[in-house]
Amino acid sequence: MTKEEALFNYCLRLGDSSLILGQRMSEWCSNGPIIEEDIALTNIALDLIGQARTMLTYAGQLEGKGRTEDDFAYKRNEREFYNTLLSERPNGHFGDTTIRNFLHSAYYYHLFKVLSNSKDEMIAAHSVKSLKEVTYHLRHSAEWVVRLGDGTEESHQKVQKSFNDLWEYTGDLFEMNKVDELLIKEGIAVDLNDVKKEWLKTINEVLDRATLSKPEDAYMHSGRLNAIHSEYLGHLLAEMQFLPRAYPDAKW
Amino acid sequence: MNNTDNQGDVWEVFVQSKPGLPHKHAGSVHATDKEMALQNARDMYTRRNEGTCIWVVPLDAIVSSMPEDSGSFFEPSDDKIYRHPTHYVMPEGAKHI
Amino acid sequence: MEDVKKLEEFQAKIDAEIKIEPKDWMPEDYRKHLQRQISQHAHSEVIGMQPEGNWISRAPSLRAKVVLLAKIQDEAGHGQYLYAAAETLGKSRDEYIEELQTEKAKYSSIFNYPTLSWADMGAVGWLVDGAAIVNQVSLQRTSYGPYSRAMVRICKEESFHQRQGYEIIAHMAQGTPEQKEMAQDALNRFWWPSLMMFGPHDSDSPNMGNGVKWKIKRETNDELRQKFIDKTVQQAEVIGLTIPDPDLKWNEEKGHYDFGEIDWDEFWNVVKGNGPCNKQRLQHHIKAHEDGKWVREAANAYAQKQKNKQLVA
Repeated sequence: MTKEEALFNYCLRLGDSSLILGQRMSEWCSNGPIIEEDIALTNIALDLIGQARTMLTYAGQLEGKGRTEDDFAYKRNEREFYNTLLSERPNGHFGDTTIRNFLHSAYYYHLFKVLSNSKDEMIAAHSVKSLKEVTYHLRHSAEWVVRLGDGTEESHQKVQKSFNDLWEYTGDLFEMNKVDELLIKEGIAVDLNDVKKEWLKTINEVLDRATLSKPEDAYMHSGRLNAIHSEYLGHLLAEMQFLPRAYPDAKW
Repeated sequence: MNNTDNQGDVWEVFVQSKPGLPHKHAGSVHATDKEMALQNARDMYTRRNEGTCIWVVPLDAIVSSMPEDSGSFFEPSDDKIYRHPTHYVMPEGAKHI
Repeated sequence: MEDVKKLEEFQAKIDAEIKIEPKDWMPEDYRKHLQRQISQHAHSEVIGMQPEGNWISRAPSLRAKVVLLAKIQDEAGHGQYLYAAAETLGKSRDEYIEELQTEKAKYSSIFNYPTLSWADMGAVGWLVDGAAIVNQVSLQRTSYGPYSRAMVRICKEESFHQRQGYEIIAHMAQGTPEQKEMAQDALNRFWWPSLMMFGPHDSDSPNMGNGVKWKIKRETNDELRQKFIDKTVQQAEVIGLTIPDPDLKWNEEKGHYDFGEIDWDEFWNVVKGNGPCNKQRLQHHIKAHEDGKWVREAANAYAQKQKNKQLVA
C-alpha cells in the first residue's frame, strides 16, 4: 500500500462518516420536538454534509480517476463505504439521536483537535474548519444529554437505555489497521488510542453531570475498517442514491 | 399553558453584527434554560454570518415604557432645540467647528 | 364613547402610516384578524416544510441536498419568526399550535398537494415560493409592527428560495427527455394550485374589508395574483415549458395577461380538508409534537431543578 492509497482510504472514512451521519440528521427535518431544535438539528446536518463534500472531493483528487463527491456518495455500494458503525444507527427517538450525536461529536472533536496538526495540509485544514463545527455539535448534544439525563424519571430511563444500546458501536470508532500505521508514521494520521482517552474523559464528565451511568464494557462490534455494516446502511443508500441510479444519464 | 409540556419561555435576542457596533434586537426564541436560549438564538439568528456576539434576555426581565407614557416621557424634549448643534449660529468663515 | 375616540385615533395612525405596536390600543377585531392571519402564515411555513422535506433524503447531488436542506430550514425559521410576531398579540405559541392541530386554524392549501418527483422541488421553489414572495413583499408594509418586521427579515432570507427552485426546473427542462417530461408535469400540477394561493376573487373574499382598511393587507388577492402571473409567464418561456392554460394571453390594452378561470370547486374542496395530503400533513405534525412531549417535559423539569438549586444556594 502506498501513502496515497492509505490517505485515499482515510479520506473515505472521514467523508463517509460525515455523510451518513449528515443524512441521518437531515431525516429530522420537520420532526423536531420544538421548532428551534428542528433548526439546530438541520444546522448540524448541513455542517456534516459540508464536511463530507470536502473529504470526498479530496479523495477523488488523490485517486486521480476523475471521481467527484457525487460519484462517491451516489455510486458506491455498502461494501465500499467506510463510515463508522455509529453514524448509520437509525435515529430512533430524540434521546437515541442525542446520544448518538454526543458520542460521535465527542469522537470527532478529539480526533479533529489532533488532526489539525496533520502533516497533510488538506487534512489539517479540513480538521481546523471541522473542529469549529463539531465543537458546537458537542456542546449542543452534551447539553441535551444533561437535560434528558437529569430531567424527568421517564427521560432519564430513556436516555440511559439509548446509551446502553449504542455503547457497543463505540469500539469501532477507535480501531486501527495498516492504513493508520502507515499514516501515523508519516505524521498524517493520529493514534486513536490517544483520542480514545480524551474521548472517555469527555463522556465521563457529561455522564456525571447528566446523572447517567456508563455502560459496562461488553462486546464491541467492528466493521468500519473493512466496510462491513449493519443492514441499515443499505436502506439508507437505496433511498439516498435513488435518482442517480434510476437515471444514470441525467445530470441534476 | 400546560405546566410541564410547553414550548418554554420567550427570550429576546440581541445580536452584535460587528465588533464596535451596538447589539441590536433581532427577534426572540423559546427555550427552557439560558444555555438553550443562547444556542437557539445562535441557530436561529446567525445562520448568515450575522453575528459576533449574542445576548439573550428573558422577556419578563425587560421593562418597557407604555404608550400612555409617551407624552410625559418623550414630548418634553421636543422644544429643547438647543441640544442640537444646528441651533447655534457660527460666524461666517469659521472652519472646523 | 371612549372607544369611538380611540378607534378614530387608531384609524388616523393607520392612515398616517404609523405602525401599530403590541402595547398600543387596538380594536379587538384588528387583534383577532392579525392573530388569525399571522398564525395561519406561521402554520403554512411549518407545514410547508413537509412536501419539500419529502425529497431531502433523495436529493440527487450533495449540493442539491444542502441547498434544499438550508431552504427548508429557513422555512422553519420563518414559521418561528411569525409565531413570535403572533405571540405579541397575547396568545402563546402553544395555543396557536393547538389551534392548528385541532383544525381551528388553517394553513395554505398548496401544501396539501404531494411532491411526486424531483422536478416538484423545482416547481415548489419557483411557483409556490414565487407566489409567496409576491404576497410577502407586499406585507412588508403591513400596519402591525412585529408582523412587518418579520416580513422584512423573511423577504431578505427568501431571496434565494425562488432562484433555487427555478434553477432545478430549468436544469431539468434542458436535460434528458425524461427530465423534461418531469419538469413539464410538475408545472402542470403546480400551476393552478399556485394561483389559488392568493385566495378567492376579491368579490368572494369575506375577510378582505377590514384587512385593507386597517392596512394589514396592502394589495388585494386579485392584484397580487395578476402580478405573479405577469412575471412568471416569461420565466416559463425562457426554459421552454408550457403553462397549462389555453386561455393565457397577453392583453395589450390592460398591460397584463388574461388567464383562464380557476377551478374554485377544487380550491374549496382542499380548504375543507379533502386535498390529497391534508390528513397526512396534520398527522405528521401531531406525531412530531407528541413524540417531542417527553423531551419538552424533561427540559422543563431540568430547568426547574436548576432554579431550585439556585434558590437553595
